[in-house]
Order: sequence, then structure tokens, then C-alpha cells
Amino acid sequence: MTLIRKTSGAAARSGRLGRALAGMAPQTMDRRAFLKRSGITVGAGAFASQLPFALIGRAEAAAEARADGKIEVRRTVCTHCSVGCAIDAEVKNGVWIGQEPVFDSPINMGSHCAKGASVREHGHGEHRLRYPMKLENGKYKRISWDKALDEISARLMEIRKESGPDAVYWIGSSKHSNEQAYLMRKFVSLWGTNNCDHQARICHSTTVAGVANTWGYGAMTNSYNDMQNSKAMLFIGSNAAEAHPVSLLHTLHAKETGAKMIVVDPRFTRTAAKADQYVRIRSGTDVAFLFGVLYHIFKNGWEDKKYINDRVYGMEKVRDEVMAKWTPDKVQEVCGVPEAEVLQVAETMAKNRPSTIVWCMGQTQHSSGNAFVRASCILQLALGNIGVSGGGANIYRGHDNVQGATDVGPNPDSLPGYYGIAAGSWKHWCAVWGIDYEWLKGRFASQAMMEKPGITVSRWIDGVLEKNELIDQDPNLRAVFYWGHAPNSQTRGLEMKKAMDKLDLLVVIDPYPSATAAMAAMPAPDPKEVNPNRAVYLLPAATQFETSGSCTASNRSIQWREKVIEPLFESKPDHTIMYLFAKKLGFEKELCKNIKVVNDEPVAEDILREINRGTWTIGYTGQSPERLKLHMQNMHTFDPKTLKARGGPCDGEYFGLPWPCYGTPELKHPGTPNLYDTSKHVMEGGGNFRANFGVERDGVNLLAEDGSASKGADLQFGYPEFDHVLLKKLGWWDELTDAEKAKAEGKNWKTDLSGGIIRVVMKNHGCHPFGNAKARAVVWNFPDPIPLHREPIYSPRPDLVEKYPTHDDKKAFWRMPTLYKTLQQKNVQDKVHEKFPLILTSGRLVEYEGGGDETRSNPWLAELQQEAFVEINPKAANDRGIRNNDWVWLKTPTGAQLRVRAQVTERVAPDTCFMPFHFAGHWQGRDLLEYYPDKAAPVVRGEAVNTATTYGYDSVTMMQETKTTLCQVVKA
Amino acid sequence: MARMKFLCDAERCIECNSCVTACKNEHEVPWGVNRRRVVTINDGVPGERSISVACMHCSDAPCMAVCPVDCFYRTDEGVVLHDKDLCIGCGYCFYACPFGAPQFPQSGAFGLRGKMDKCTFCAGGPEADGSEEEFRKYGRNRLAEGKLPICAEMCSTKALLGGDADVLADIYRERVTMRGKGAEIWGWTTAYGKPERQQEQQQERAKEGAKS
Repeated sequence: MTLIRKTSGAAARSGRLGRALAGMAPQTMDRRAFLKRSGITVGAGAFASQLPFALIGRAEAAAEARADGKIEVRRTVCTHCSVGCAIDAEVKNGVWIGQEPVFDSPINMGSHCAKGASVREHGHGEHRLRYPMKLENGKYKRISWDKALDEISARLMEIRKESGPDAVYWIGSSKHSNEQAYLMRKFVSLWGTNNCDHQARICHSTTVAGVANTWGYGAMTNSYNDMQNSKAMLFIGSNAAEAHPVSLLHTLHAKETGAKMIVVDPRFTRTAAKADQYVRIRSGTDVAFLFGVLYHIFKNGWEDKKYINDRVYGMEKVRDEVMAKWTPDKVQEVCGVPEAEVLQVAETMAKNRPSTIVWCMGQTQHSSGNAFVRASCILQLALGNIGVSGGGANIYRGHDNVQGATDVGPNPDSLPGYYGIAAGSWKHWCAVWGIDYEWLKGRFASQAMMEKPGITVSRWIDGVLEKNELIDQDPNLRAVFYWGHAPNSQTRGLEMKKAMDKLDLLVVIDPYPSATAAMAAMPAPDPKEVNPNRAVYLLPAATQFETSGSCTASNRSIQWREKVIEPLFESKPDHTIMYLFAKKLGFEKELCKNIKVVNDEPVAEDILREINRGTWTIGYTGQSPERLKLHMQNMHTFDPKTLKARGGPCDGEYFGLPWPCYGTPELKHPGTPNLYDTSKHVMEGGGNFRANFGVERDGVNLLAEDGSASKGADLQFGYPEFDHVLLKKLGWWDELTDAEKAKAEGKNWKTDLSGGIIRVVMKNHGCHPFGNAKARAVVWNFPDPIPLHREPIYSPRPDLVEKYPTHDDKKAFWRMPTLYKTLQQKNVQDKVHEKFPLILTSGRLVEYEGGGDETRSNPWLAELQQEAFVEINPKAANDRGIRNNDWVWLKTPTGAQLRVRAQVTERVAPDTCFMPFHFAGHWQGRDLLEYYPDKAAPVVRGEAVNTATTYGYDSVTMMQETKTTLCQVVKA
Repeated sequence: MARMKFLCDAERCIECNSCVTACKNEHEVPWGVNRRRVVTINDGVPGERSISVACMHCSDAPCMAVCPVDCFYRTDEGVVLHDKDLCIGCGYCFYACPFGAPQFPQSGAFGLRGKMDKCTFCAGGPEADGSEEEFRKYGRNRLAEGKLPICAEMCSTKALLGGDADVLADIYRERVTMRGKGAEIWGWTTAYGKPERQQEQQQERAKEGAKS
């Protein structure tokens, strides 16, 4: 009987399926036809798991769903990393009920990692902050938005009056949209300080500085997709399989078509598990390793001599240094890699060109990270791999919009678009904003402070704690805004707690403010150190699924997110909160002069148009909201291998108009898929290295040699950047319209608000507005013009500290005194390496992102990683009587100790320990649950590695040194 | 008629767990129940491989053979489903299953074990397609909507494929040819029999199809 019932049920189902299948029957047999229709080449067909769904007749089902008229589909982009995976959200009666893969996206082709596959949980938000709260007697109490805004603003004005605008520190976010990040920089400028920063400081700041100073722009040169064209791939300091899982879609495809994959890392990562060759180096020795590779390249004559002659400055000096200093024995001494392995890497990279290099935090987060990344650049320049499809420096960014926030957001040393903060830069942006420069200057403590880079997020704690006479601004910091940033992603947690307690005002604006909230609320080790007048507020921000705006993926493609749902609970979008504060602080008119405001929400499209009008330097000018939305609607027309649209309304354009997309939107620049690529015309996304460092140095030509220029350029030789003078000299000035002439007079291509100079240079003459120069293997304005290996501040090798010491101390560096040699020497004298003999490094887990409050609040993710742990080698564990899954204390020289589970594994070498950095909520063995705001504690809590990390900062950008420090592990 | 199967390519699986959370998300599977999980062998040493495991919807399913109340049934596409109204939560299927697919929630009407829960190939259960009742007991019925299992559709590297066995085999064959390794598909012999047996089954199905 039951069988009959069941059969009838099944029959009903198969009836519908059967009909669907019948309709598609002929196509099921013809794979080629499907591949053609779906725009996937036969080669890329190996991707296709999306293949079978066509068999079942998606079209019919979709029509059915639409027919009932209730479900709306909103297209958005995952907020968990920089790959930029598109998501179709199904919304019914304002509730996010379903999440569908977007097979049309050329970036992810429907794929997701654990985080992307679970973003719908944001629509539940059970662990979100629900309403504004204030800390009273150790507990967070609910207050109204009005009261919160009134009290915070009053306190801010009081601090401003007493101590000036530089006493407030604004930590923005790489999870803000471009529009929010840009508005944040503008907001902070109008407040009158450069004391702002965001995650890029502790993520890729060394990359941005190092790479931009090498060849022009500080971004990933190619794209995840372009790696399909690579013949060899070197991952050094990147665990893409966990940090950027969907990028592996392209990587593994390349590997299957024959590309060789090499992973260089202190840890045998999940990425290493997929590699053809894995090389284990000692943490913090990348320069030695990369120069070891270069040694074999030079020795065997594998370098690209013509490329170096035409397009690279200073390679001979590097060559001399490499051949003299980085012989195989020295390389082995420093990084522990035998000659044969290094030679194999060199040979693979040289004989399988185009070859690409990938790096992430493993290279950047060191006290000489700027040198590490330049060594990577030099390797690629020597091989002639930059400006080549399949080659490039594929620098994977972290957060979903860390690229965009770096480009146009709250940076302490620059206005949007890397314009810097010199007087001319301020005047340019004042013109775009429609603000009087003199008025703005009056908002700052002085013109000097207006042009002095602010404190970095890695050092705000010292801005609070350091002696006043030692810091390079008048007041110490008294108020800090944590506006979309985790505290446990910055080092020196113990001191951060002290700094938080000393503040007059701490404001946390976040959908998940939990770790900061708990840290601020938990009792101080010494109650006398707590400022009795301290006020702490939590304000609920909306997620990116509750607003709309654009975000820039790692490959510089910009995608537009549609709003999926209305903000949950009492949360508000970040740009709305900025506007509300501006109103209270009295500069809302200046903030939104060119921007329409609806119900206190500045319109995102208008903000983007203002970005378009000002950001000429890096080509954020062509990506109008209209063009971006057209791309989102026509994803299927873009090729997943080239990112180029074939036919359709975006014909010839690259997906997301990857910056630089020069000129006005009307110029129709297609975006730049691969930077510095001379094989293409500049109006088709081609280019060359940037002329940004003069035309000659010590008699040596810095411009490109004759015959080296982008395809079809009128000038087939090196030339400087364009301004009104050069245009006139060349006789091109009269090609400007009269209106353009009026605006372009006295300006260069970066400051000409008409875009006329760019139009004439690019469209009429095929030249590059930023000139055509050589890349610099020697960056003479950096502390180490040729990258040097320097031992980390906390080095396990005192013998090598003697040979490769760190920098001299710096006095006023980003407004802070900064220790190098003094501390390194003290560590050697104190024999720190004997008490703490293990190297401590940190990294990602695939299930979590960043500080982890958001992802640890998602039960679908939290279930998969429930405890913080430390990876320790079986040898090190046995020497300490530690067995797998034991509780252990991890101790560091700061005096901190973390109680975590031991994971005994050969992933790490006997001298190295690894901890994931996503956990927070336990503090030296204690669960902080009682200090969280009601209902807003994440599902999973654990020890934060950065509670215990040590001092150490990059000598150019103040990047924190998290990837190499020392620890000891004992059984708990 | 398509014969639905799963195929996981160990050369591609990176243990990102998207299949696991996609399933949780799609069917609102509670904490503690994992219809799909990723298993890693040689964790942390060269030779590390991962594989995503769920109900494989076997051709000759042991769970069906041992179920004392006969709550399992197979659809025309070869998907093995079960009826939670009949299930008594005895756990025999769990012991019989070579993949550890059956899951037993800690609470429910039938005592400690509750009713068995497992992967449905996103094909729901005996209730009317797309009904609330079906969703509550089995999750979303994607096949009825003309879609394939969400875990395979969202797989980060297209390691996990789900759909018509012939098409999967074609895709996989192309990959193996291109990269020259990885021909063995984990679990297929267990789930779907030896290759000869699979061919026989296909021929049988073809004959039946011709008759009807």
C-alpha cells in the first residue's frame, strides 16, 4: 500500500521532469552545441559542471517561478573575498529565501567556497547587533539612534575643541563599497585630519607601495581568469585554496592544460597539496629565496635581455648583488632550501613562459615586506613576464573591496586615486567636491598637518599610549571609530586593551561589532588604568546586502551590487550613518554638495559619478553606474578566459571595466584586463610602464627605449606623462574643443577635469597619458633600493641577525617613533629565541574571513570550525609531551598566553607553529561571553592569535609583522 | 531517461566545504546534521586528497535492502529517496551504507534517534513537488524546478559534479585525457557497480525505455 502511495508521488515528479527533458532531448546528446550556446569554448568545457543543468530545462522552471510573480531575483556579489563571485538572491516578500549560483559570471561561473555558499545567512542575522548600545557599568544597554548620535557628536566636538581634529582616529573598512569608502575619506577630510586608515594597511600596503614604485600602479596586474593562459605559476606566501578558493577554478584549469604549479611556503597548505612542486622556506626569508632563484636565472642566461634593455631600469645592479650575495650556499643558510630545489623553481619559471607569480600576506606582513614584494617584481621583470597575458604579478587582495577602498578610500597618506595629500592634491579634490580650499584648510590643525600622513591603523594604539612628546602630532588620540574593522586583526592585543581603556570615546559601527565590544567591556588587568570618563557606543551598520553600490575585485573589475533586502533590525547603511554624523558635526552640505540625499541616505550612483569626475590617475572615470549595471545584466556575453565581451551591448569591453578605464564614460575605454601590455592598443586595454619617476637618473634613461611602446601608438619610443605643455609642443593642443581647452589649460592628464587631454592622447594618437617608461628594479627612494634580506625583529637566528640586521630606528614615521635595531638587538641579548624557540606564523581558514566575527556568527560556517587551534609538528609536540587535541598554552615574548587545542601535524616544520587568525572572544584562557552585547555574540569564540603577537613594522608602510614572530608551546 | 549520479574529482577538490554549506543553506539543515561532508586523506602531507561525500544514490542501494519498513524508493532518474513518515529511525541504513550518508538528528518524534535524514539529490520526498510539507521534511526540490543539486552547482572548482551520468562521464573523461591522470573516480564502483555491471544496467534501462 505504501508503495503505491510512494510511486504515485514519484510519478508526479517524473512527469514534470519528463516533460522538461523531452523538450531538451535533442540537445542532451549534443555537448558541442551546448558549449557553443553557453559561450564556453571546448577547452573550457572541462569546467562545466553547469553543463548538466541545461539538460533539465532551466528555462521552463524559471518561467514557472516568475509566473507566480512573488519571487524577485537580485544580483549581488559575495562580500567575503576579492575574487568577486556573483550571487543571485531570491527574495519573497522582502525575505531572502534562496541563493542561486550565477553561471553567467565570467569570474566564478556559479562557483562558491563555503563562505560564498552561505551568504544568505546574512538575511537571518541572528547574531547581529540589533540597535545602538552604550556601555554602562560594564554592560551594554540599548539606546536610541538619536541619543547615540547626539551624545557621540557632542563628545566629538568637545574633544575637537580641547585637543584639535587630530585627536580622533577613524578606522574605515575594506568591506565598505567604493562609494562608502570614498565618502569616508571625504568625511574625514572635512572633519580635518588624515588620521584614517583601513584593512589595506595590514593586508597589502607593502605591495601597493612596492609594486607602484616599481612600475606604476600598485594593483594585481592580470586577473584570476588570465591564469588560464599561464604555463607556470609560482605561489609564494599565498594559500589561495583557503583564502581565494574560487580562484582555484582557473588555476586548476591551467594546471590541467599543462601549467606547472609551484608553492613556496613555510606551511604545507591546501594549495601546496595541489602543486607540482612544494618548497618549504623559513618564514620571513623570501628575498633570499627569490634572489636564489634569480641567481640561477642569471647564471644560465635565462633572463629576457631585450625586455630588460627596453623596459627595465637597474637590472644590472640587481644582477651584481644577486651573483655576489646569493650563491646557493647562502640561500640554503638563510631559508633552508637546498640548491636543487631552487634551481628547479628557476628552471620551471624560465622554461615555461609566460609564467606568473602569486603572493599574499605571506610576503606582505613583515618588517621588510616592501623588499619582499619588490624581489617578486624583479623576478618577473627579469623573465619578461610583466605586461604579458599568462604572466604578471597576480597579487590576490583580501577583502571583497580592499582594492576599491585602497583606490578611493580612507588612506592616511592619500586622497582618493593616489593623489597624495600635497597642496595641489587637496586643490584638485576641492575642485571636484566644489569646496573652497581655504575653508577646508581651516578645518585642519594647520596646513602642515593637512599635508602630513596620518597615523596608521597598525599603530593607533601607540597614538593613545605613546608619550606625547615622542609623537609627531600635538594631541594623543582620545577617540577612535572602529567603522567596519576587527580589532583582533591587529597585533599586540594586550596593549590594544590598554589603549581601549584609556580612550575618552570608542565608537564601533559594524553589523557584528562583537570582538571590539567584548574587549572594551571586559575588566582591565589594572582597574586604575581605565579612564573613568570613557564612553563606548555600538552602532548597527547594514551589510552590503542591505544597500547598493560598487566593489572592486582583485583583478580591478568593478561590479555593482543590487540591494537584496532592507536593513535588518535598526541597522543603517554606512553612508547614511556618515551623513547623519556630518549633519550633527555641521558639514553635511559640503559632504553632499554634488550628491543627492534621499531620507538621509546619499545616493550611491551620485557618489560614484563624483568618483568618476575626480579619479583620473587610475582610470576610475569611465565606470559610470550605467555602464557597470549594463555589465551586471549581460554577464553571459563575457568570455571567461579573456573577460572580453563578444557581441551584445558591451561588445569589446572587459568585464567590470577593470581599472584603469580612462577618460570619461563617453570615451568608451574598455577597461584594462592586463596592465602594461604593449601588444594591445591603449584604446583596447593596452599600455606600458608608467613614467612617474622622472626621465633620467644619473645619466641613465628612465623612459622606454626606441621601438618599445603600446601597439599603434603615434610615439614609438619612451615619453613622459602628458600635460598641457607637452600637448602644445607636439601640436596636439588644437584637437581639444574650446570647452576642454578652458579646463585643461595649465593642467596635466590627472588634473584636467574635462578629460580632454586623455581623449586626444589616447583616441587620436594611441599614446598612454601617463607616459611610457621603464620599470624600476632599483627603487632609489626606498630604504633598500635593491631589496635586502633582513632578519625579522623577533628572529629565531641570532647568528643571522648579525649578518642581516634590520633597519635603524625611526623617529617620526607616520607620526610615530618606530623601533627596529634597538628591539632586535635587545631580543638577541635577552636570548628571546631560547625562551621562545618556535616560529609563530598565522593564516586563514576557508570557513572564516578576517577577524571572523561575521563568519563565526554564521552557524552554517561556525559548525565547521568550532575551536581555535595551533598547528605543531609531531617532533616539537613530542619534545613537549603534547599529544594531538591536547589543550596547550601558547606563550609569546609579550607575556601573553593563549589556551588553544594542539593540532599535531606535519603541515608545519619542527621549528614552526601556525595559528589561524580568525578567532576572538577568548582572552588568555577566559571566555568573554558575558561581555558581549545581548544576543550579539558569535556562535564560535576562541583565542585570537594577535592577542599574543609582537612588535614589528614595515620600513615603508608600517605594515605589521604578523607572519614571523616567536613563541613557546606548553601543555595546559 | 537520465540516470543521476554524483562524481567527485579528487584532483580538483580543495576541501573548501562549499558543498557542505550550500546544502545547509538550501535545505536549512540544522546544526549537527551533515548531509554532505568533505573527507581528507593524508592531511598535511604530500599526497593529500579530499573528497566530498554524501548519499551516492547507489544502483543497488544497501539502505533499501536493509530497511525494515521499506521506506526507501528510487525515482526514475535513479535518485534514492525515503519517506520520513514511514522511517522509524532504527539506524540499519546507517550501518549498511558504505558512505555514512544517513544522519540521525538528536531530537524528533521517534525517540532519541529521530527520523533518518540524508541527501535527496535536491529532489525532495514523496510529498507534492515544491510543497511546504516537502520542504520541511526534505528540503528544497531543485530537480522539480529544473535545477541540479546545489552542492555540485556551487562547487568552487567544479570538482563535485552532479547530474546525468553520461554527461558527467564525458566531462570527466575530457579532464582525465587532458591532464593524464586521476582516472579512478572515488566511490563509483561501490555506488554504481563495476563498469561492466553499469553497462548492463544501462542496456537494461534502454530496453525498458524502448518498451514503454
